[in-house]
Amino acid sequence: MNLTNFLFGVYPYIALTTFFVGSLIRFDREQYTWKADSSQLFEKELLRKGSILFHIGILALFFGHFAGLVTPHSMFLNMGISDMAHQYIAIILGAVFGSVCMMGGVILWKRRMYNPRVRANSRFMDIFILDWILVTLAVGLITIPVSIYHAVNGDATTMVMLAEWVQGVLKLNAEPYLLNDVGFIYKLHLFLGMSVFFLFPFTRLVHVWSAPLSYIFRPYQLVRTKMIKQR
Amino acid sequence: MSHFLDRLTFFKKIQTKFSNGHGVVTNEDRQWEDSYRNRWRFDKVVRSTHGVNCTGSCSWNIHVKNGLVAFEMQATDYPRTRPDMPNHEPRGCPRGASFSWYLYSPLRVKHPLIRERLVSLYRDERDSGKDPVEAWAAIQEDPQKRKKYTAVRGLGGFVRVDWEEVTEIIAAANIYTIKKHGPDRISGFSPIPAMSMISYASGARYLSLIGGACLSFYDWYCDLPPASPQTWGEQTDVPEAADWYNSMYLILAGANVPMTRTPDAHFYSEVRYKGAKVVVLSPDYAENVKFADLWMPAKQGTDAAVFMAMGHVALKEFHVDKQDPYFEEYARAYTDLPMLVMLNKKGKSYSTGRFVRASDFDKSLGESNNPEWKTVVIDEASGDVIAPNGSVGFRWGEDGKWNLQAKKIGRKTSKPRLSLIFDKDDVAEVLFPNFESGKDKPMKRNVPVKKMQIDGKEVLVATVFDLQLAQYGIDRGLGGDCAKGYDDASIPNTPAWAEKITGVKQADIIRTGREFADNAAKTMGKSMVILGAGINHWYHNDMNYRAIMNLLHMCGCVGQSGGGWAHYVGQEKLRPQSGWAPIAFALDWQKPPRHMNGTSFFYFHTDQWRYETLDADALLATSASKNYKGYKLADYNVVSQRLGWLPSAPHFNKNPLDIVKEAEKAGAKDEQGVADYVVEKLKSGEIAFAAEDIDAPENHPRNLFVWRANLIGASAKGHEYFLKHLLGAQNAVMQDVLPEAKGKEIKWHKDAPIAKLDLMVDINFRLNSTGAYSDIVLPTATWYEKNDLNTTDMHPFIHPLTQAVDPGWESKSDWQIFKTIAKKFSELAEKHLEPQKDLVALPILHDTPVEIAQALDVKDWKKGECEPVPGKTLPLLKLVQRNFTDTYKKYTSLGPLLKEQGNNIKGIDWETEKEYEHLKEINYTIQEEGVSKGMPSLENDINVCEAILALAPETNGEVAVRSWKSLGVKTGIDHTHLALPREDEKITFRDIKAQPRKIITAPTWSGIESEKVSYNAGYTNIHERIPFRTITGRAQFYQDHQWMRDFGEGFCSYRPAVDMQSTDLMKKKLGDKPHLTLNWITPHGKWGIHSTYHDNLRMLSLSRGGPHIWISENDAKSIGMEDNDWAEVINVNGATMVRVVVSQRVPDGMTLMYHAQEKNVNAPGSNTTGKRGGIHNSVTRITVKPTHMIGGYAQLSYGLNYYGTVGSQRDEYVIVHKIENPDIQWLEKPLTDEREAALNPDGVHQAPYTCEDSE
Repeated sequence: MNLTNFLFGVYPYIALTTFFVGSLIRFDREQYTWKADSSQLFEKELLRKGSILFHIGILALFFGHFAGLVTPHSMFLNMGISDMAHQYIAIILGAVFGSVCMMGGVILWKRRMYNPRVRANSRFMDIFILDWILVTLAVGLITIPVSIYHAVNGDATTMVMLAEWVQGVLKLNAEPYLLNDVGFIYKLHLFLGMSVFFLFPFTRLVHVWSAPLSYIFRPYQLVRTKMIKQR
Repeated sequence: MSHFLDRLTFFKKIQTKFSNGHGVVTNEDRQWEDSYRNRWRFDKVVRSTHGVNCTGSCSWNIHVKNGLVAFEMQATDYPRTRPDMPNHEPRGCPRGASFSWYLYSPLRVKHPLIRERLVSLYRDERDSGKDPVEAWAAIQEDPQKRKKYTAVRGLGGFVRVDWEEVTEIIAAANIYTIKKHGPDRISGFSPIPAMSMISYASGARYLSLIGGACLSFYDWYCDLPPASPQTWGEQTDVPEAADWYNSMYLILAGANVPMTRTPDAHFYSEVRYKGAKVVVLSPDYAENVKFADLWMPAKQGTDAAVFMAMGHVALKEFHVDKQDPYFEEYARAYTDLPMLVMLNKKGKSYSTGRFVRASDFDKSLGESNNPEWKTVVIDEASGDVIAPNGSVGFRWGEDGKWNLQAKKIGRKTSKPRLSLIFDKDDVAEVLFPNFESGKDKPMKRNVPVKKMQIDGKEVLVATVFDLQLAQYGIDRGLGGDCAKGYDDASIPNTPAWAEKITGVKQADIIRTGREFADNAAKTMGKSMVILGAGINHWYHNDMNYRAIMNLLHMCGCVGQSGGGWAHYVGQEKLRPQSGWAPIAFALDWQKPPRHMNGTSFFYFHTDQWRYETLDADALLATSASKNYKGYKLADYNVVSQRLGWLPSAPHFNKNPLDIVKEAEKAGAKDEQGVADYVVEKLKSGEIAFAAEDIDAPENHPRNLFVWRANLIGASAKGHEYFLKHLLGAQNAVMQDVLPEAKGKEIKWHKDAPIAKLDLMVDINFRLNSTGAYSDIVLPTATWYEKNDLNTTDMHPFIHPLTQAVDPGWESKSDWQIFKTIAKKFSELAEKHLEPQKDLVALPILHDTPVEIAQALDVKDWKKGECEPVPGKTLPLLKLVQRNFTDTYKKYTSLGPLLKEQGNNIKGIDWETEKEYEHLKEINYTIQEEGVSKGMPSLENDINVCEAILALAPETNGEVAVRSWKSLGVKTGIDHTHLALPREDEKITFRDIKAQPRKIITAPTWSGIESEKVSYNAGYTNIHERIPFRTITGRAQFYQDHQWMRDFGEGFCSYRPAVDMQSTDLMKKKLGDKPHLTLNWITPHGKWGIHSTYHDNLRMLSLSRGGPHIWISENDAKSIGMEDNDWAEVINVNGATMVRVVVSQRVPDGMTLMYHAQEKNVNAPGSNTTGKRGGIHNSVTRITVKPTHMIGGYAQLSYGLNYYGTVGSQRDEYVIVHKIENPDIQWLEKPLTDEREAALNPDGVHQAPYTCEDSE
């Protein structure tokens, strides 16, 4: 097995398994660590700016990636979105939200590194994961000029190949050779991105699972039964 | 099984809906709730309580789980009260309930800490081959080395160190100081022993053994009401809280009962259900006002005027218009009202002089013993002058006549005449001081007088009663100026006059005064005034207090259940005091100990005297003698020390050990010989009192121990001056010393010295400002980690602190810490300190036979008016043998003097050999060879508890009976019936661990423990006819000491707040910027007790979460300030940074800052000072009052925490201005050389480090 096969044929499953199983174990075993670890108590002005930008950016990027890469090719075509249109949408949204996310991320990074109160209260993993995400994001942003070059030349293969590969992975039929002609910068981004999933259960990112969306929909008053075990 | 699987109930989660779908019943995983259930599970329960600060003394159950304290709960097993009386419990408040947070908090001191720069200097010296004492000497004798660590006090830089090394350094410092400067240069500060007696005793015992000075605290906190010793000769004795319930009429002034006496406040509300009326005097709408039937919003600090006016009404309606028989009888028997006073001629008028004494008459009225100290009255039947029993002259030198029984003349019983109005020889115009405007503009009043031949001269005399009526402005038909009616605002002390000053409606004053007196007349004294800090923390606090006492005595309330004077601030009741004192001050081994009054100590050593703006001359009455004209307040303190009135530490400008050696070299053989030598040297000036050149290096205090206290972060009045002069740290004093403060008695150096202390040691369980500014911090056990005793005056029970868990990390109990230091000290002393004698300059102490020193006037030997005589016109000069190497052995055993000399309290002596032998059996004896072999062990804290309980009459019935017998000899009355029913009872440590126990009635206190009445102060004075411990033996309306008269306080009168002059400079600095000039009021808060609790997470969450002040809506609006804005509070003394609470509660013109909000939480930097934004005391400066320095005069004699200068701080004004930029610089930046060098704020002259004479 060569490196490509490992990274793009095996590693995705290692990352995803760690992501799911790791989250599950942590949820079951370490309930008290299941939290966002807010540092708002130590500093809030920068946090407000940085965190909002960062979260808008990263949520949009996540759903953008998801929609763009997981939606079957045929469905796009059926919706009347050509590959080129897809490519331009991806470039524009990626650039906008990538930049928003980057701005927020840099603010958060600066705050985390240089505010003494926040810094003193940061664990290794808090800094490491923020660094990792920012590097991933930076590499992602670097792919944009390359994608623009592709788009200007009317070449959508890279994008299509990436989507095909992702869908292959999700169909438990990874086809690493699809990435043979994809540029190094994309591969680097893929690796870094997959690693975010790999690292996820070991970091404060687990709070993503517990985003309190149900608050938006729940009734005002909740009453619970005693939940006596049925025998 | 699995949190995840248990939550997979998506389809079954919602069981039913209700309220149109607004509510649902869900069925979901609830295991998370178990964490809350587990939070309140526990393995065992142990009884303890909270060991300083709060005097509430509430019994708590400490719940321990898995070896850790999980939480505390109020104990509810107090013995029941009698029927018809609410129980005491549940006691406790949210503050106490939050204490367990500290045990495992980030504030906990876990290991011995030392300033890194100090320990590296020390290790370098040690590595170079020096022994510990030499190493310490090498650091101290090199100014550069010393500065290296003193200049960074308060700036962090601590490192861990082990117990072995840290105690070595402390012991070395103590030994060096003793050798080089003298043991009186070592001092210790710890407050309120009653709350953890053994902890207090630990440091005090160590210091007393090595000759260090224990500083007083009650007066320093300004919680001591000097009016109490002045009036009753009693430090403070107050009713227990349950007695409020026996009252029928309550007035509250300056005591916010629900806020500061939370566990007792229920009696305050319950008594209203019984029908009592409650009136509250308070400038702000305080919590106690909510309970009131009437709120009298008197301007802050003017309470004396209200009470004088109520006294006016009571006198007029119950003593003049009609004579209430109960009031009259009370006045005759228990007050000085019938006593005769001389009038001194001043032009055409007279001023009031001293009491007439038996010695003024032929053959001294037949009194051969102390006739100069026996005051006289006129017997109503015979018209003869007689010396009634009970005055101080009867107390000493004779037996059986010191009582308040009516004197028998032949077979007739005498009856003192109250008023001379129907028996007068003449009417004299008497001048009474009137300070209404700040300075004395005397008022003239006509008084009925008698003419007497005294010393061959005709002298006019009047009774205190007639003088007092005249001074209150009551019209007696004698002509001259007096009140034409209650609405006569031109005459001081009328209701209309009081309205002018206080803002309280005269109708309210008249009605309240009348009702208060009427109720007292009908119930025989069940009218009570609850009072406290709000009116006591003023410069002229004794006026506020005496105005109240006057009213109470006019109405016969003091000493009656449900009546009297209930002072609650910082007061404490160390119930087994006489069992505790010999251990705490090592009186079982050697006498006397060294004590020092805290206020004078700090006034001098923090150089606050050099910033004094208050002119002593302006405080004098116009009738004052000219003896001390031009003297500054500090000068008076020097005079007081050299006359033996107030104590001194250091005593002299020489090491007292060296003085003894020199005296012996010069031929002195014994104590008398040394005393003679010292007297000669004092006369010649070769030895001088240290205070006369207080800034000279040889007179600096050198070592300071602080334990159980937060001296720097809470009680350092003039905080920034402490930082500047005592510690040499970064400070925010905005001014240089004032040349005007230069006086006549103290040498003035151009620059005031800085960093006087060589070493400050803090012993604490949490790192607060005191620790932050100390050189060494030792970790002590918390209140749940040690065994100790705890009592209060709020209830009559004694209960323990017990060790629920072992002391955390490397901490030890205070008893063990000082034991460890004592051990190291004894080891190092082997080489450096041979056995030798120490000279103690002991002030003339209250309750001792020498308290009758100068009877008629004040003579000052230094001015050549008399000879210096120890114990008369000079401190007693006592020798104490110090075998320093035995310190540890003495510390850990109960010494032989208790067996040989017995025990005593308040002038009552008794044998205690039986208890001593008993303690050998229960504590076991010391087996180790040496001085302590065979003596009862005091090695651990439970031993000490048992010793105290066995020795004290309050906890040992046999001792109680014995001590009452002894008092009976003095009074000629059998008092033993008070204790006989409990003679067999012995309360032990195990007993109180099981349940709080009610103490046994003892002569230590003036109230009784009974099944019929609640504890009430003065009860035995009235019901057992035991005299008050004053000159007349009665409650004093009149203070006849020369200085009292000179300062216009013979009688009580309203005196306005003094002008501290601390805002002008800052106003200039601020220029046009909108600001407020407000009176600085620092009451107790809701979310902390002093600096404790307020910094824990729970209390921070309940409060504003950091330092804050309260201001009125109008004031806030006038400078555009809104609630929660940041503000800077500033004056010449320093600055503090706070958030603002804008509230209708607060009147215009004042601001409240709940005191002792420490600067360890959320305190940003101050832009004006460039330093961290201070505490409430950063903007205060103390100033002392000469009348509090009087000594050697019966009740006006020194006693630790009994009398002395007080650290008042409420006359202060501050400037408040808004800080626009909310992003306040937190000063969390590294230490640069530049920052280290800038000790003072920008532009303030920085004194050179070493204090050289530069005049």
